[in-house]
Amino acid sequence: MKLLTLNFVSCARKACKSSTSSFPLHPRDAELELVEMEFNPQFLQNMLPKLEWEALQIICNELALPTLPSSTPAASDLFESGGEGSSPAQPTQVARDLHKLLLETTIREGLLVCSNCGHEYAIKEGIANFLLPPHLV
Amino acid sequence: MEYLIRSAQQHEDFREAEIKALATLHGFDVEILSYSNESPYCVVRLPSDDAAKLLIERSILACAIYRLWGQGSDYDSLHEDLRSRTESEWSKYKVSSFWFQIKTFQSKRSATARQDIVESFSYLPFDGPITPQNPDVEFCVCEYFDKGTLTPKQIYMGRLIGNSCRDVINVYDLKKRSYISTTSMDAELALVTANLALAGPNKLMYDPFVGTAGFPIACAHFGCIVLGSDIDGRCIRGKGEKDVLSNFRQYGIAGRWLDGFTADLTNTPLRKRRFLDAIVCDPPYGVREGLKVLGSKRGPVEEVYIDGKSAYKQADYVPPKKQYSFTAMLRDILQFGADTLVDNGRVVLWMPTANDADVELPFPQNPYLELVSVSVQEFNKWSRRLLVYRRLPSVEVDAAAISAYNHQAGHTADELNDFRRKYFQGFKS
Ligand SMILES: C[S@@+](CC[C@H](N)C(=O)[O-])C[C@H]1O[C@@H](n2cnc3c(N)ncnc32)[C@H](O)[C@@H]1O
Ligand SMILES: [Zn+2]
Repeated sequence: MKLLTLNFVSCARKACKSSTSSFPLHPRDAELELVEMEFNPQFLQNMLPKLEWEALQIICNELALPTLPSSTPAASDLFESGGEGSSPAQPTQVARDLHKLLLETTIREGLLVCSNCGHEYAIKEGIANFLLPPHLV
Repeated sequence: MEYLIRSAQQHEDFREAEIKALATLHGFDVEILSYSNESPYCVVRLPSDDAAKLLIERSILACAIYRLWGQGSDYDSLHEDLRSRTESEWSKYKVSSFWFQIKTFQSKRSATARQDIVESFSYLPFDGPITPQNPDVEFCVCEYFDKGTLTPKQIYMGRLIGNSCRDVINVYDLKKRSYISTTSMDAELALVTANLALAGPNKLMYDPFVGTAGFPIACAHFGCIVLGSDIDGRCIRGKGEKDVLSNFRQYGIAGRWLDGFTADLTNTPLRKRRFLDAIVCDPPYGVREGLKVLGSKRGPVEEVYIDGKSAYKQADYVPPKKQYSFTAMLRDILQFGADTLVDNGRVVLWMPTANDADVELPFPQNPYLELVSVSVQEFNKWSRRLLVYRRLPSVEVDAAAISAYNHQAGHTADELNDFRRKYFQGFKS
C-alpha cells in the first residue's frame, strides 16, 4: 500500500468511523519498498488539497522517513517560478520528493493498526486486507 | 460551426453519451443537431475545429469528424447547401493537394458510381494534385441508404478534421490480455466507460469491484491514476505471473496503478472525504459472481477462538460472507459516491435490466448525484444499462430531496434480487 492510499483509509469497522483515533492507521513491522510510478506533478497538485498533512507527518515519523515540512506544500511549491514564456513550468525538488513519498513509497509487508479498537489489518505483497470477521462487522 | 461525426454502427446507444462526455471533459459545449441510433452519421455544433479535433481524438465509438460542408436528401440539395455554406472558403484550398472519400451505409457503390460522385463536385475550384496519401485536405461524402433501397436518403459532405482513437480497441483486446476472468468487460465498452467517467491525466479513479481491473486499465490508458479493491483478494493477487499488475505492465501503464486492496464496499476502509474524481464499476448481480458482503448469515455473532487464539488472526482465515440485495448495494454505491467524489466527479455504473417491463429495476437515486446519461446494451435474453451520475456541488443539492431520501432509506434495504430470481427461472414470463 502506497502512503497516498494510506492517507485515505481508516479502520473499516463502522463502530470506529466516527472516532478520530481510527485515522490514520498505524503501520507496524512495516517492510518498505520503492515502486516506480509515473511522475505527474499535476496529479500531485490535484491531490495536495485532499491530503491530511498531519496524518502524513505521523506516518512518516512512525516509519522513520525524513521529516516533512510543517504544513501542506502549496501548488506553487511544485513548479519553478518564472519559467520563460510559454514553456511549461519545471517541477521542483519538492514535487519530486512528494512523488517519491506519496506514490512510490510502499508498505510491502506489515500490519496497519487502528488505535481506536486495536484491530490489525495485514498487508502482504503490497496488498492490504480490510476484511473483517463477523463479530466486528 | 457544424460538424459531421461518422461513427461505427456498434453500441449505438452509447454514442451520444460519449460525444457529450468528451465535450464536458474538454470544457466546451456540444449541441447535437441530428442523431439517430439507426444512422452512423450525426451532425453537431461545436465551437471550433480545434474542439472537434480534441473531441474525436478521445472517441472510441466514432470513426472521424468532418467540418460539415453540406447535406441534403439528394445530390442537388447537397450541392446547393454546400455552395451556400462554404463558397467563401473554396479559394483557401485552390492549390492544396486533396482527396475524396466515399462512405456508403447499407448499400454499395461501384467504382464508376464513385467516380461519378466525385465528378459531381468538379465545380469546386481546386487546382491542386489529387493525392490519396497524406493530402493537404481530405473530403468525405457520406451516404445513408434505407435497407434495400438504391438511392440514398441523406447525403453529407465534409472536410476531414481528424480521426478517432478507435484503433486502441485492438491494443486492449481481451484475447491478448494476460489476466482476465469470465466477468471482464470487453475492451471497447471498458474504454467507452472510461470516457463517460471523464477519465484523464491528473485524475484519481477507483473501482470498488475491481476483479481483473478492466476499468482501471481503460482509465489509466487515458491518463488516470487508478485504485481498485475487491472483496475477493485472490483476483487482485492473481495466479503465478498473471495478476492485475501484470496487465498494467503489459500495456506499459504500471506507473498509474496506485494500489489494489481487499475490501467489502459495505465495510470500506476509505474515508468519507471528497478525494475521488471518478468511481467506475460493474457490481456483481449474482449471475456469475455472487453478490456477497461481510457478515454471518446468522446475524451478530461472538468472536470465534481456535485453541484460545482469535480465529481471524490465523494466516488462512477467510471471513464468512452473507447474501445482500442488489438494490441495497446500488444504494450503497451511490452513497459512497456522494461521500467521496469531488464536485462534478462521476459515478459510472453498470447494472442489469430485464427486457421484461415487470422486472425492470428502477434507476438508483441519490440526492447528491444527478443522472447524466443512460445507455443500454442489448443481449439475446437480457440487457444491461450503463448509468452515469455527476456529483452535484453541495450548494446545488436540494435540501428537500435529502430529507426525503433519508426518510425513505431503511425501508428499501432488503428487497429480493428480482433480476437474479428471473435469471434462474430462465426468463419465463
Ligand atoms: C462483475 S465482477 C467485476 C469484473 C471487473 N470489472 C473486471 O474487469 O474483471 C464483480 C466483482 O465484485 C466483487 N465483489 C462481490 N461482492 C463485493 C463486495 N461486497 N465488495 C467488493 N467487491 C465485491 C467480486 O469478487 C467480483 O470480482
Ligand atoms: Zn478500529
